[in-house]
Amino acid sequence: MSWKELGEASVVRGGSSVAYVTTGWRVNRPVIDESKCTNCLICWVFCPEPAIVRHEKGKVTIDYDHCKGCGICEIECPLKAIKMVREP
Amino acid sequence: MDEPLAPGHRLCAGCGASVAVRQVLLAAPEDTIVANATGCVEVSTTVYPQSAWNRPWVHSAFENTAAVASGIEAGFKALANRGEGKEHPVIAFGGDGGTYDIGMQALSGALERGHRFLYVCYDNEAYMNTGIQRSGGTPKGAWTTTSQVGKAGYGKTQVKKDLMGIVVAHRVPYAATASISHWKDLMTKVRKALAQDGPTFLHVLAPCTRGWRFEMSKTIRMAKLAVDTRFFPLYEVENGVYRITVPVTSPKPAEEYIKAQGRYTHLLLPQWASELDTLKKEVDGNYRRIERLSQFTAQPIVS
Amino acid sequence: MNVLEKSKPVPMLGDEAVAEAVKECDVDVVAAYPITPQTIIVEELAEFVANGEFKGQFIPVESEHSAMSACLGASLTGARVFTATSSQGLALMHEMLYNVSGLRLPVVMAVANRALSAPLVLNADHSDMMGSRDSGWIQLYAENVEEIYDRTIQMFRLSEDARVMLPSALNFEGFILSHDMEAVRPLGGERIRKFVGRPKFERRLDPDRPSTFGAISSPDTYYEFKMQQAEAMKSALGVFKEVEKEFHALSGRKYGTVDAYNTDQADTIVVVNGCSAGTIRAAARVLNRAGDNVGVLAIKMYRPFPTNEVVDHLRDAESIVVMDRSVSLGAPSGPLAEDVKSALACAGLETPVMSLVYGIGGRDFSLEDGKKVFALAKDKGSYGAMPLMYGVKN
Repeated sequence: MSWKELGEASVVRGGSSVAYVTTGWRVNRPVIDESKCTNCLICWVFCPEPAIVRHEKGKVTIDYDHCKGCGICEIECPLKAIKMVREP
Repeated sequence: MDEPLAPGHRLCAGCGASVAVRQVLLAAPEDTIVANATGCVEVSTTVYPQSAWNRPWVHSAFENTAAVASGIEAGFKALANRGEGKEHPVIAFGGDGGTYDIGMQALSGALERGHRFLYVCYDNEAYMNTGIQRSGGTPKGAWTTTSQVGKAGYGKTQVKKDLMGIVVAHRVPYAATASISHWKDLMTKVRKALAQDGPTFLHVLAPCTRGWRFEMSKTIRMAKLAVDTRFFPLYEVENGVYRITVPVTSPKPAEEYIKAQGRYTHLLLPQWASELDTLKKEVDGNYRRIERLSQFTAQPIVS
Repeated sequence: MNVLEKSKPVPMLGDEAVAEAVKECDVDVVAAYPITPQTIIVEELAEFVANGEFKGQFIPVESEHSAMSACLGASLTGARVFTATSSQGLALMHEMLYNVSGLRLPVVMAVANRALSAPLVLNADHSDMMGSRDSGWIQLYAENVEEIYDRTIQMFRLSEDARVMLPSALNFEGFILSHDMEAVRPLGGERIRKFVGRPKFERRLDPDRPSTFGAISSPDTYYEFKMQQAEAMKSALGVFKEVEKEFHALSGRKYGTVDAYNTDQADTIVVVNGCSAGTIRAAARVLNRAGDNVGVLAIKMYRPFPTNEVVDHLRDAESIVVMDRSVSLGAPSGPLAEDVKSALACAGLETPVMSLVYGIGGRDFSLEDGKKVFALAKDKGSYGAMPLMYGVKN
């Protein structure tokens, strides 16, 4: 991009990193067993991305575009409602 | 729903610093302004032309975050005094590198001048962004690339600086340690800090899966183990009065912490038995020191 | 109504003039660290704070690096920001100068030029600012105290112009000007405030539109950002003319990017920046009254370098001496001489140019010295490949 088109002074709009997809980072992916999930939000408070999404209505879901497959959620879920499975 | 940190940043899978930043900002108001030191968090969250920050954010150099935060605080105050806008909470994030070492002077100055801001040190105990080199926050006995382990060396020989002690020496209204494992304790402390009308400080342990050498899913477990073995006591100091917020009355053995991290496992070798012993005594001694301080400072001063 | 008649001259030190101007310019934040010979600026401002005359925030930072860092933070809130330093302090904040310019922040700074250690000396030369001349700051040099006062005011307008948005530094010799008492005709707070207005920055820390400042770029984009800065520097020349025109209407005073004395006729022209311009101009007048034909071109705006004007004024000279109050050790000329030589070469001019270094570490430069410089200019043997170190004890 030419210097004339580039936004001045390297300023970046906040939150624009969502455009970067990290699916390729994963070996395993988390799968939530909704029957066990109580929506306690512990996985959400420990997710480094966050790739766990809260919703106004309903339980948390995984944002597979941005999950890096670290597996923290599986370890921390008090209900053992999350399982890391091999990426298809 | 509002997420202060947006995903898509390039921090490692299982990064403890990322969790620390998220938890701190979740406990802070939506109009919080962030100043950030050079380091893992800064570089990985702001790769031009993308940014993971849903908050106004600035980075300029490694050693000056507290000074930049001072300027931001003063700028908004000056404008608010003229009726041209309002003040906002200011949080400065610096790694242990940007706080213990190169950033110490700017931090000291900002604390002494009494600016209203919260400085959060996310401590992964080495210069992680440049490839795991030792810092003033690296604990004794830890392997890093500049405190290597071999026939003649057991890792860092110097002790971890008492960062809280340094901060408390500035007579700030509030300073506390926190761990990402104890998110409620952490968030309560953030709220408490932001409510003060002056400089406040949070020392957050942020385990690093790459630099500490443990499996990426265990980050939170590692943070909890640090607390449970007394390696990282959770306490707060409010106007000079110490209080342990998460008492550890029956600590887990230090070996559990040490054997869980590749940076420490050499200490289990017979060759380093006496160093391990010293280390254990220091860890326990440090916790007891905080205990004594909390008993001592809780007493009213009789004239 | 003649503005000048209304304002009685007030005696001020160079440093005091800076503080007075800052007080009237609606500055929001001053973050500064004391260093001789700038200390009076900081002390005066602290007094204004205590008297309620300065309504902005004064941050007594713990180092110059933190001074520029705090200025960076404050400027990003949309506030008008000022600092002052000298010598070691300027060197200490060196990395932050590039940061402030790179982030396109209109910070204004006064530099009471002082030589850099080692050895330690408190007195004036230009080595401090010359060491940072590539940092992307607009650089002005003042010749007298009233000019210091006027330039401080002008720089806020120049830096904050949306076509510029670059920080600017006002340079004046430490002690020789900073501690020199001269008459200044103040312009009055109301008039100054009207001239500078209030800052209106698009790019700021704003919770309603969260932006990220200071991202990490790559070889794919860094160059283009520097190009933007280079273009802003170029624009600054044109914007400066507008600012000076408006300032002239307000005050009756004008300085220009250069000051030319007898350059259209002179055989020999001395090019100089800083307060010795006054000395050498006085020497030139004495010589011309005695029948000589010499001229002086004083460089007032050093960055951006007013290349076209410099070339125009030097075009017809037979010989040129460029005086530098700093040494670029190991280089074929002093810094100003290098710029002048480049400008002339680009214009296809092959006039002999002598690089003459003077006044190092505060070494005095008198009227007699000025006459000697013009005498040296006539000596073809003095036009060597190395700068002539005038005044050194051999």
